[in-house]
Amino acid sequence: MSAGHSYDAEAYWKANLRLIFGSLVIWALASYGFAILLRPMLSGIPIGGTDLGFWFAQQGSILTFIVLIFHYAWRMNKIDEKFGVHEE
Amino acid sequence: MSQFAINIMFVGGSFFLYIAIAIWAKAGSTSDFYVAGGGVHPITNGAAIGADWMSAASFISMAGLIAAGGYANSTFLMGWTGGYVLLAMLLAPYLRKFGKFTVPEFIGDRYYSQNARLVAVICLIVASVTYVIGQMAGAGVAFSRFLEVESTTGLMIAAVVVFMYAVLGGMKGITYTQVAQYCVLIVAYTIPAVFISLQLTGNPIPGLGMFSTHAESGLPLLQKLNQVITDLGFNQYTADVDNKLNMVLFTLSLMIGTAGLPHVIIRFFTVPKVADARWSGGWALVFIALLYLTAPAVASMARLNLMTTIYPDGTAAEPIQYDERPNWIKEWEVTGLIKFTDKNEDGRIQLYNDSEAFAPEAEARGWNGNELVVNRDILVLANPEIANLPGWVIGLIAAGGLAAALSTAAGLLLAISSAVSHDLIKGRINPSITDKGELLAARISMAVAIVVATYLGANPPGFAAQVVALAFGIAAASLFPVLMMGIFSKRVNNVGAIAGMLSGLTFTLVYIFVYKGWLFIPGTNNLADTPENWVLGISPLSIGAVGAIVNFAVAFIVSNATEEPPVEIQELVESVRYPRGSGQAQDH
Repeated sequence: MSAGHSYDAEAYWKANLRLIFGSLVIWALASYGFAILLRPMLSGIPIGGTDLGFWFAQQGSILTFIVLIFHYAWRMNKIDEKFGVHEE
Repeated sequence: MSQFAINIMFVGGSFFLYIAIAIWAKAGSTSDFYVAGGGVHPITNGAAIGADWMSAASFISMAGLIAAGGYANSTFLMGWTGGYVLLAMLLAPYLRKFGKFTVPEFIGDRYYSQNARLVAVICLIVASVTYVIGQMAGAGVAFSRFLEVESTTGLMIAAVVVFMYAVLGGMKGITYTQVAQYCVLIVAYTIPAVFISLQLTGNPIPGLGMFSTHAESGLPLLQKLNQVITDLGFNQYTADVDNKLNMVLFTLSLMIGTAGLPHVIIRFFTVPKVADARWSGGWALVFIALLYLTAPAVASMARLNLMTTIYPDGTAAEPIQYDERPNWIKEWEVTGLIKFTDKNEDGRIQLYNDSEAFAPEAEARGWNGNELVVNRDILVLANPEIANLPGWVIGLIAAGGLAAALSTAAGLLLAISSAVSHDLIKGRINPSITDKGELLAARISMAVAIVVATYLGANPPGFAAQVVALAFGIAAASLFPVLMMGIFSKRVNNVGAIAGMLSGLTFTLVYIFVYKGWLFIPGTNNLADTPENWVLGISPLSIGAVGAIVNFAVAFIVSNATEEPPVEIQELVESVRYPRGSGQAQDH
């Protein structure tokens, strides 16, 4: 954005990056973590005839993704308003 | 009423609906044609993205893949949904703010290079054309099985219907037909699954039923399934995989590829605001999840149903007589997608895993090899028949399969035609073309794309099965990284982006061709496509993620060794980061 804007552009972008980073950590943990790499560690937790890792691989990760996107949209829209960069 | 008449009624009725929508939503301007006028509600857009994204592969093939592979094929479930997290956070809102019509247009402007735009157009066309062949071929299969017409005739009918609403309505017509197609396909997918879940577990929600108790045996359903299939020499359904690196990279390739596929990205240009683009991503995944949470249930239940159909008295007893086989096996035998050979000539159907480990037991039981080969792709289509559901459910499945194939085909065709008319004709050949002239050019390119897709669908090249991997590999290794860097870095410049795209693409293609044959021509591969030959155990299907990393690395190194982008480009990057001031997607 050109010079002379009234909001703190750098702080806004940093807030966005922080939110994305946090979301992607959870994104990776649910799919690559619980569902794949950490599955053997979670094998002791039974769920419906199998283990927690299997559930994450087939359903849990998808549910996590949905929550992550809605949370991001909701938080970002708040951050937009806080920094005054939201759309009229 | 005969089954044939019911199928005609369901398919014909759904086609009538699509054409009615097309006439109602005729495009009057290029903005209507490319981005539906930019006024689509985020929930509407979410449903349209759902149909755009869920192709014949999701609807027809995915459950079959999971049924065959069990846990190991969960990669498709995670990979084809996890990409939406990347889209909603890393690409969609900023590209919406940029506010142009096509993906190559962003790349051309951001990297101030017509060559970069051209490379993007080529990547887009190769990825989308390979993808659309699969859709047309899938529509052909559904037609030949349910409407008893020649696959080619079926394809022609499908092409005419797509032609009607895509050429007339452009993105506007496609958006509203995709919403209708979403409704058809999700109802068609869910109803048989609910019935089957009720039959097997008493739970009406298939996604929950899969993790509950199998009513007949009193065991958890997955445990029962494990028991039945291991009795017959198969791997446990829930067994872990050894090659975790490959599983991670394959999932990552699918995720990055999903986020980089242009026909999905352009759907985000149709909403009025940046905030709506964020919400759209969430809604899209909700609509997709309705099918993707049901698919693993369909997979496990259909596998169990198939086994208990063949071994009605348990795996320890003898399987059914071939002469007493259920009707659905007879009908699918006609299509060649189920094959039976009575290897030990006892008149019974021995279905088991022909592995060395199981050989002693098979010999002891007088079995002479597996006798029933079931094509994975028929699982969803045959599901209602396997569970003895009424005829109208079968008609519904036919309409649903066609809706999935046609909605994705239309989205891909729009991405192709807008790249041709907007990026090539207006961007390069004739920049002074009028809005009306460009609209006509867009319609003509769409019509040509439909003819090419129909031809290729009717005469699929030998490598048809491989091309989906190619489409994801290209999207992951070429388009996604430059789009993301274009937003998140001000330092990456024109030279860096082009070098990144070309090296990511070349790396990925070479790795695929070494194992699959150069340009997929059989016999030209340098190494056999077996796990022992793969570098670090990475399959050619999983290489897109590595290609993306190559793209990122090369772009950064080359950019840092060359000049900074001009100030106005750095300002462009700033401006896409802040939502304020987004107008409707528009032309220069």
